[in-house]
Amino acid sequence: MLQLDIRHQAGDFVLDAAFETESGSITAIFGQSGAGKTTLINMIAGLTKPSQGYIISDGHTLFHSEQGIDVPAERRRIGYVFQEGRLFPHMDVRRNLLYGYRKNAVLDFAQITDLLDLGPMLQRRPGSLSGGERQRVAIGRALLSNPNLLLMDEPLASIDAQRRGEILPFIERLRDELRVTILYVSHAVEEVIRLADTMVILSAGQVAAVGEVEELMSRLDLFPLTGRFEAGAVLAATCQGYDAEYGLAELAFAGGTLRVAGAEQAIGTEVRVHIRARDVSLMLGRPEMTSVLNVFEGTVEIAETGSPQVDVLIDIGSPLIARITRKSMHDLNIRPGVKLHALVKAVAIDRRSLTGGAARERPQD
Amino acid sequence: MWELSATEAEAIGLSLKVALWAVLVSLPLGIFAAWLLARRRFYGHALLNGIIHLPLVLPPVVLGYLLLVLLGRQGMLGAFLFDSFGITVAFTWKGAAIASGVMAFPLLVRAIRLSYENVDPRLEAAARTLGAGRIRVFRTITLPLIAPGILAGGILAFARSLGEFGATITFVSNIPGETRTLPLAIFSQVQTPGGEDAAIRLVVISAAIALTALIASEFLARRVNWGQGG
Repeated sequence: MLQLDIRHQAGDFVLDAAFETESGSITAIFGQSGAGKTTLINMIAGLTKPSQGYIISDGHTLFHSEQGIDVPAERRRIGYVFQEGRLFPHMDVRRNLLYGYRKNAVLDFAQITDLLDLGPMLQRRPGSLSGGERQRVAIGRALLSNPNLLLMDEPLASIDAQRRGEILPFIERLRDELRVTILYVSHAVEEVIRLADTMVILSAGQVAAVGEVEELMSRLDLFPLTGRFEAGAVLAATCQGYDAEYGLAELAFAGGTLRVAGAEQAIGTEVRVHIRARDVSLMLGRPEMTSVLNVFEGTVEIAETGSPQVDVLIDIGSPLIARITRKSMHDLNIRPGVKLHALVKAVAIDRRSLTGGAARERPQD
Repeated sequence: MWELSATEAEAIGLSLKVALWAVLVSLPLGIFAAWLLARRRFYGHALLNGIIHLPLVLPPVVLGYLLLVLLGRQGMLGAFLFDSFGITVAFTWKGAAIASGVMAFPLLVRAIRLSYENVDPRLEAAARTLGAGRIRVFRTITLPLIAPGILAGGILAFARSLGEFGATITFVSNIPGETRTLPLAIFSQVQTPGGEDAAIRLVVISAAIALTALIASEFLARRVNWGQGG
């Protein structure tokens, strides 16, 4: 478990953050550029000294301004995967991987190279690797130092969009197979939804919210921070069937069953579904002849008016968000307490956001 | 006319010895000074930078005289060295090495400083997160990455030392077999009637050694360049 409460001043920028994270899970540090994400994890790593506060990892005090404790970076046992990899250019991949090797590592060299598929590149120099390969080496190098906590600073940012999909499964394996405690810095909503269990939203150096990904992504007041265009509810669901004839996956969640086109999963697989608010439409009466497969009955909880658009939070057994025009809101007289139907097109849901959440076993406690 | 006399061969050997020692002794100092200038911001940074570069702009005779005042048997440091350790540097080949080393120092520091500035401090930070303390970071990351600069600077300083004249003759005089290096031997031959042939021989040899050193420096620097930026 990581507990911290730090304040840091650098010029005009003030960072003030306090939160705790669970062991064996991925916590996303989410925020726009300049929110202070990198500064925050540099302080956890010991590369930047906070002005005041404390950082405690698994009961070990790493920094405490009042007690005068400031453990140097090399003795913190915190692995760091940097945005740009930062592989040592004068060493081949094998020597890079073994640079921080600690014998009592949970996994040995062969297992890590196997897990990250590094075998074929061990003799190569970093200069000849692709961006994605470099990041895999960087992840392996950090893991082999047997850290108590792994920091990842936008590890996909320097990789082109097509290659990102190649790295994500490896990070999921760290989470699901090794149960590594990870702080994952990102400004990409989809990465957070796919990888993280909890998230810390940073905004202008302040913690705007801390909580479970599903909960925070469904909060209307956080939409300006979670990104307007991609904003929408995130549901935890279990795959309960697959309609092979029509190629439809059936996902059970608290509000019923969601059908998604072409997302075949093993039965019982737990997935996370991101339903963007702009893909949800609302209807007052009972929808009859419609092409929309997913119809949920619910009650309006909040209708947040802004500009010509309105975000409506509906309780369908779990929160769902719809983005409609203000004109529609007036025409249908939508206000808190109104009962209506929410329609979600089966083809609107991004299949990629599903496949990633595969094989997630959540500790039941 | 291409037969070397014993004294000429001696001058060449002495020159190589003096230059080698000058570089070997000033190298650790140069690495440290370059690190100070490249990586540290402190009060007096500009002053230190100026002092290190002084031999580039000061007349060599002035420097030789300063060394004599400081390190001569009666000099402040020289008296201490003699009384405590029985070491005399004035009018010996050691003094010649000191004079050469001081004159070549700015070239050495400049080359190493440039390579320091090309080393990404973020690589050193990455090494620290992997558990490496400052000494290990320097030994395994910084030093290998500045190696091309050290090589280039060292060879440049070596070539410069071979050519040192003004400070050497002022500080340690022109004693055959002790302080008469190549440039001093050439000077002596030119001053001697009928010494032109010998002077030309030594001039050609000087040029050959200097050119070889420069080409070697280029070659090595290119070989050791890791293609940074990974």
